[in-house]
Amino acid sequence: MAIEHSSVELTRADFASDQMVKWCPGCGDHSILASVLGVFPKIGYKKENFCMVSGIGCSSRFPYYVNTYGFHSIHGRAAAIATGIKISNPNLSVWINSGDGDATAIGGNHFIHLIRRNMDVNYILFNNEIYGLTKGQYSPTTKQGQITKTSPFGVIDYPFNPGELVIGARGTFFARAVDNQPKTLTEVCEKMAEHDGTSVVEVLQNCVIFNNGTHSAITDKEVRDDRQLWLKHGEPMLFGKNREKGIILKGTSLEVVTLGSESGITEKDILIHDETTENTGIHMMLAQMRPPHFPMAFGVIRAYKQPTYKQLFEKQMQDAQKDAKICCVEDLLNSGETWEV
Amino acid sequence: MNKKEIIKRDNVVVKFVGDSGDGMQLTGTLFSDTSALDGNDIATFPDYPAEIRAPHNTVAGVSGFQVHIGKRIYSSGDEADVLVAMNPASLISNLKWVKRGGIIIIDADTFTEEAIAKAGYTSSPLNDESLAQNYHFIKAPVTSMTTEAVKDIFTDRKSAEKCRNMFALGMIFFIFGKSLEHTDAYLEKKFKKNPAVVEANKAVIRAGFNFCENTDVLEAQIQVETAEITKGKYRNITGNIATAWGLLAAAEKAGLKLFLGSYPITPATDILVELAKHKSLGARVFQAEDEIAGICSAIGASFAGSLACTSTSGPGLSLKSEAIGLAVMTELPLVIVDVQRGGPSTGLPTKTEQSDLSQALFGRNGEAPCIVLAASSSANCFDWAFEAARLALEHMTPCILLTDGYLGNGSQLFRIPKMADLPTIHPPFAKENDPEYMPYKRDMETLVRQWAIPGMEGLRHRIGGLEKSDGKGAVSTDNANHQLMTDYRKKKVERIANRIPDQKVMGADNAELLVVGWGGTQGALKLAVQEMQEEGKSVAFTHFNYIMPLPKNTGEMLKRYKKIVVCELNMGQFVNYLRMNFEGINFHQYNKVQGLPFVVSELKERFNQILEEK
Repeated sequence: MAIEHSSVELTRADFASDQMVKWCPGCGDHSILASVLGVFPKIGYKKENFCMVSGIGCSSRFPYYVNTYGFHSIHGRAAAIATGIKISNPNLSVWINSGDGDATAIGGNHFIHLIRRNMDVNYILFNNEIYGLTKGQYSPTTKQGQITKTSPFGVIDYPFNPGELVIGARGTFFARAVDNQPKTLTEVCEKMAEHDGTSVVEVLQNCVIFNNGTHSAITDKEVRDDRQLWLKHGEPMLFGKNREKGIILKGTSLEVVTLGSESGITEKDILIHDETTENTGIHMMLAQMRPPHFPMAFGVIRAYKQPTYKQLFEKQMQDAQKDAKICCVEDLLNSGETWEV
Repeated sequence: MNKKEIIKRDNVVVKFVGDSGDGMQLTGTLFSDTSALDGNDIATFPDYPAEIRAPHNTVAGVSGFQVHIGKRIYSSGDEADVLVAMNPASLISNLKWVKRGGIIIIDADTFTEEAIAKAGYTSSPLNDESLAQNYHFIKAPVTSMTTEAVKDIFTDRKSAEKCRNMFALGMIFFIFGKSLEHTDAYLEKKFKKNPAVVEANKAVIRAGFNFCENTDVLEAQIQVETAEITKGKYRNITGNIATAWGLLAAAEKAGLKLFLGSYPITPATDILVELAKHKSLGARVFQAEDEIAGICSAIGASFAGSLACTSTSGPGLSLKSEAIGLAVMTELPLVIVDVQRGGPSTGLPTKTEQSDLSQALFGRNGEAPCIVLAASSSANCFDWAFEAARLALEHMTPCILLTDGYLGNGSQLFRIPKMADLPTIHPPFAKENDPEYMPYKRDMETLVRQWAIPGMEGLRHRIGGLEKSDGKGAVSTDNANHQLMTDYRKKKVERIANRIPDQKVMGADNAELLVVGWGGTQGALKLAVQEMQEEGKSVAFTHFNYIMPLPKNTGEMLKRYKKIVVCELNMGQFVNYLRMNFEGINFHQYNKVQGLPFVVSELKERFNQILEEK
């Protein structure tokens, strides 16, 4: 059983909706939408086989702006609704759009269980570290100490790192991208679509109104080269303007090193990225890296192959039907102890 | 061998009580199954504590199973004709449920000083003369005779004592002249891999049987009348299994996959457990991480074209409220089964009540009407689950089916329907590539929208919890549109009244008193009214299964009667709903919230009282 492909070549116009996009000018969501609209035709499924599901929040308006089947539901529940859609019809390509509040606060339970089950869906997590639609309250990913409307003296809560959460919940796919770097964002979306199982992409997204610049220490053009490590499977973990810096494993920890004659370190000493390994150790450490001591890791951090919920579920269904003695409800009604009066 | 006299009875209630783990549920089930095979009509009700194994020999740990057998059985019965009490705690807590002059069998070996004190007796009931005067009190040495019967099979006391319940069962089988055949077959199958256990249990049943036959503890045997019921093929079924099967039947008749998204909760779990078995019938069952995910996964499955259901009890229904509103707004078919229990909060998880009615009718934000139905017997849970699914699918709306712990766990004879006799269900599917398709375009007679399933060509659309524009279904905050859509959603549910049968009355149109019930109390109410009618009292009875909408003739029917009493296991939720709908009618009430079903005697007392009032 597989998702049916389109018999004709599709373009982004096939997925553009006639709805007015109502996000704020300059919002990072616009570029995420543009990337997704570019990726869907490349995936090649029939346009009727895409299904977008969302909860509540700015990012959750996403399904209205893509011309596919779509379900804009209630706060935090997109993962549960998507689960029902996918179990009911495994031949749909199911995409979830969610924000940091929707996914990791009110929907936290559904989020971790979706991942634990390795449900075959694609999950784009728009992380702007703030509640935008309710106008600026702190979320579970807001930095400690930050002043917001509900934290006038600074946030006390320790924030979630979505990558840690995904890997900790036995996630098989986690990637990270940035809203204002569309080329890499598109690449990451393509990879998430290729992966079988729950694929989560955290997009660092800027809320121009309520949390402008929250990611700028990582995403600004001037600092990008030194603060972003773009991972590629099978390649050494190098970054910096001239790829002069790298990551090594020292003891049980990662460390940033500078290559060159001064340090005596060459490319051969640098860690090679293996996204496919079952062991979560390095993946977890990569997900945790952040400035000032480390660059932040982007691209596919983890893509481990493991049977998906869909595969296991469909196998059980087939096995049960193979040797079944009860094949219709009439059989069931008349099974076991019955008697005539 | 003593030849015993035979006494004939129309029906009897037998109650088995003991410590949790004494095997009372199994004992009761074997007796009721045997009776059913023997041609009796039956109904059963298990009564078990919320704790899995409460402290040994305490009242908190008493577990019971009541069996009502006879000619025509509507409920699991009130007072017991025969009580089997396996320890002092079970005797002290159940004596009040035994008829004067009834038979009480106790395991005298368990009435040790310590156990007697632990049960709360101040002096030994064995020496209580009132017991012997008021009841046929049989002090059987059950434990020691059981141990004796298996001494060649088991050397350890623990294994031997596990068979005690079979001794009691053997005694009951003798009293009612029942064959041991069914139980033998059950044991052979159940303990196939352990022949010693089969042999031991068989020996103990016979020891119990012979004990009654060969001693003078009993002078008579009781022969219970066989059933006077419609000819057909029958089986025994619990309400929860009947509910599960009704949903399966509806899915087959609609040509849809069945999806159940559910989270374990007493007393509804058995619906989930039952459907999880039926992958071979295509049931797609998902045990969710919580109640909310249970219903939300079902809403997703409904969007994706399944007959989608979720099962729960009161606290779970509360958690599902917001999502039911989403199903109302998106106008998707959905069946929500609420097996009601005592509330509020965690309440009385293992006890029955009808106190979720208001929650089912009104427990959502906004104007959020949905269909509410109630099953009224363990067996008709099948029919009402089917009807809930039919109405939800054909009218594109969520439907709440109320059953309760009494119906769900209780069992009854079930006349097996033929699938060909059940109606075909016709969901309003959209046609692929229909250029006219719009998500909120309605059939103007029923106000039902079309169902377009992801994957269907040419029907891509978006739905959601935000208000939608009429027809096109775009997000809309237009004032007049919200009024229009609110009216549509309300009328859509109200108009279902055009497609359901009129409410029927048992008894005369001009009776002095109309007894009104709904849901799981039908058996006791019907019997109470029948008995009073036989006594020449002017009483009629009507019982509601369609709650929202009510049958069209409801108001006109109620207005015919001078006196009306509405009986329910809550503080008056249905009567207040009737008051809200039908002004100017004076309703009497009979309400009870004790975690117990109605008993016929209390109902008759109240009805007589109302009849006598000027």
